[in-house]
Amino acid sequence: MYDTDPDDAQRERVLQAAAACPVQAIHIDRMATQHRTRDPELAHPTTVGDEEFKRGGRIVIVGASLAGGRAAGVLRRDGFAGTLTLIGDEPYPPYDRPPLSKQVLMGKVAPQRTVLPRLREIDVEWLAGTPATRLDIAAKQVVLADGRQIGFDKVLIATGARARPWPRPDEAALDGVHVLRTLEDADRMRQRLTAGVNRVLVIGAGFTGSEVASVCLDLGLPVTVVEAGPAPLIGALGKVIGQIAADMQRAAGVDLRCDVTVSALEGDANGRLTGARLSDGSTVEADMAVVALGAVRNVEWLEGSGLAAGPWGVAADAGCRAVDINGLVTDDVFVAGDIARFPHPVFHYEFMSLEHWGNAVAQAEVAAHNMISDQAHRWPHLSLPVFWSNQFGTNIKSVGVPSIADEVVITQGSVEERRFVAVYGYRGRITAAVTFDQAMWLDFYRSQIEQAAPFPPDFRMVGGPDQLRPVPAEVRQRIAAAQGATVVVTGHDPAERRASFVRPPQ
Amino acid sequence: MPPASIYEQIHRFANRADPYTLYRELRETPVARQEDGSYVVSTYAEIVALLHDPRVSSDRRKLSQPPADEKLPPSFIAIDPPEHDRIRRLTMRHFGPPHAPRTVENLRGELLTLVTDLIDGISDRTRADIVEDVAYPFPVSVICRLLGVPRKDEPKFHGWAQEIVETIGPGEGDEAERNQRRQAARMALAQYLGELGRERRANPGDDILSGLVTYEGPEGKLTEVEVMTTATLLLIAGHETTVNLITNGMLTLLRNPELLDRLRNEPDLVIHTVEELLRFEPPVHFLPQRVALDDIVIGDVTIPRGSSIVLALASGSRDPRHLCDPDRFDPDRPYIQHLGFGGGIHACFGAPLARLEAQVALRELANRLVNPRLVADPPPYRPSSILRGPEHLVIEYDRVLPAADR
Repeated sequence: MYDTDPDDAQRERVLQAAAACPVQAIHIDRMATQHRTRDPELAHPTTVGDEEFKRGGRIVIVGASLAGGRAAGVLRRDGFAGTLTLIGDEPYPPYDRPPLSKQVLMGKVAPQRTVLPRLREIDVEWLAGTPATRLDIAAKQVVLADGRQIGFDKVLIATGARARPWPRPDEAALDGVHVLRTLEDADRMRQRLTAGVNRVLVIGAGFTGSEVASVCLDLGLPVTVVEAGPAPLIGALGKVIGQIAADMQRAAGVDLRCDVTVSALEGDANGRLTGARLSDGSTVEADMAVVALGAVRNVEWLEGSGLAAGPWGVAADAGCRAVDINGLVTDDVFVAGDIARFPHPVFHYEFMSLEHWGNAVAQAEVAAHNMISDQAHRWPHLSLPVFWSNQFGTNIKSVGVPSIADEVVITQGSVEERRFVAVYGYRGRITAAVTFDQAMWLDFYRSQIEQAAPFPPDFRMVGGPDQLRPVPAEVRQRIAAAQGATVVVTGHDPAERRASFVRPPQ
Repeated sequence: MPPASIYEQIHRFANRADPYTLYRELRETPVARQEDGSYVVSTYAEIVALLHDPRVSSDRRKLSQPPADEKLPPSFIAIDPPEHDRIRRLTMRHFGPPHAPRTVENLRGELLTLVTDLIDGISDRTRADIVEDVAYPFPVSVICRLLGVPRKDEPKFHGWAQEIVETIGPGEGDEAERNQRRQAARMALAQYLGELGRERRANPGDDILSGLVTYEGPEGKLTEVEVMTTATLLLIAGHETTVNLITNGMLTLLRNPELLDRLRNEPDLVIHTVEELLRFEPPVHFLPQRVALDDIVIGDVTIPRGSSIVLALASGSRDPRHLCDPDRFDPDRPYIQHLGFGGGIHACFGAPLARLEAQVALRELANRLVNPRLVADPPPYRPSSILRGPEHLVIEYDRVLPAADR
């Protein structure tokens, strides 16, 4: 069931389910309104922040999705009584994206029913449907596309990411070519899927592409998946687990083609998609294509802001404070969600941006808290990345960062049955765990990662093999944190020295 | 003889009415080694961690000093993956999601009818025993109906079920003798259910037992012995625990009469009331059967490989480091997280049914009894410290209101 706005008949069942949920993952009326910690000192710190700011300050949140919405709720929960403005380019209140590639495409949930609950009851000035176009840190203003200037004392950048479009605009414009990121994307795709499709071509076998392929099969539609790498999910999980995912897709009936790219999308005289030519010379006949090539971060509006913002996102410290182009941490500019790139102490202080639901929620909470706390009471964003996916009847969950691993080992369960736990290691320490239909063990491995436990695990376990056999994880070559960030430094005196970006030639 | 440990004192019958004071002492040593080499874990975070720890087995045969083999193998509550997972999946497909997601929900109307009839049955008097009159017959009827066991056989299986429950874990009397009694009763009950299963195979109905004996899928099917052990587990767990939940619930409400009033006016309140009950007065106080498969370090204690681990669930749910004011019954708590149903892969199989049964029973009792009050507080308790609950709960009331329109 997925229902953010249940009717009365459903209400009791929802209350029941929420009460029963062992991890309280279902936040009914309590979303971002109450602390779960029992320590009153932690829940309501008495000495934090500038009290005057908390009473009458101005906070602007740019980006009205999961992170922005959650931060607004937390700010109010923790006593921010000043002016709170939420700016979003979409005309909807914050909504939930994970169901878009699952329940919404299946037709089990109407797209509009994914609106996140309760935000409307938080006192927020909500500027919807108008994107921000500029951030002026010196003047403390956000400028909107219609010219409005919104002043702030503190600002939270949570503009997230958008679907990476098909690179050739004429092909992308063919009728039948889709991307999936927004509620409107999902609505369009759903309409297309129900209008009658002969074959769906999915370009890219990451999580979104794989989930879309899974839904297509469930709807009885033939699917071809084209993946540039050697296996699905390889970017996140590496080749070893990717191969298992490949077997799973093929067994389910996907026409999966790996190590192949789409050379061109082709259309008829009426501009309707007819198929694709692939790099191996083969062709696919398809009247619908889903471009699932990952996301592009929404940083364009920050050009000229002086922040260390670029295709990699917006650099921030572990407390969500933005870093400027000189590497200085700002006081009043905060970042959260998909767009943030921050150093994670658990993973060798590597700068990472985590495009996960759970990260958006956790990071937004930390950002909101820090926006109204003095430096003695700030929190670091130390939660471990967790994500999940449902595809081909299997629940995949991950904790930690598989993509930095050098080895992987199956510790529990059976690969043949596709019910197993895979543990990833980096230089002799556990760095991640991925479960296929074995999510109940994830918390244990989370604590193993937090304790920097040795890899491979050296203990006896229920459902474990007689002997653990670690193999190279074959994760993709890691991409440098701030790829493409070239700066020049000018000035001699420490007071003059400054960095500035070198623009790549257009 | 060394003085009795706190854990030993908890099992003394004299402490049945209030083990919670002793739990407080128990928690001062979160992982307490006992004289017999077992480890009692009594704090919330440590219990939760062990419930989800793959180094912890539920199979007693993996102890460094395993018990003598029983004639009947253990049921899925007392074995590990992958066998546990396979049997539990093959059983769950007849009871809950993903294959039978509406089984419990579809019982709602039937549950209300059963409770209504039972309460109608005490409406001609002003004194009743909640255990005998409602809390026992109600879940028994439900599990009989679900499992496919004739209700009229209740006198037959009740004795066995009670014998099994009263001899689980430590108690008064000779351990070996208790063990023998439990095995004999378990075998008798399993044979009775095995016989019933054979009848169902020839003549299947829409009940779980019929499903267990007839279903065969990609994973195969349950063996005859697995059907026997599984049906035995479900029959016992299906009513011997819920009776305590409902009785403990009524006892707690009668000790907090303002909640009885609120329940009449706020129908949703019963949901959180039952959750809080599972935290505050749970039917299952201990999981006494876990085994460390490897050395497990918790704080400054190492539980050595092969040791027996006892998880003190009811103590963990009242851990002051887990929640504020743990000894207060408060259904309005913002987060009610409890160990009432255990957790991890052995989390209570019948939890959704138990919840619904308790909600329906307590809501109807609150709605229909006028001015109910306790006759004796504390009430007399059943012997078991593991599955703890009153033997009788005698109450008086002015009258019984008719049932609301259905």
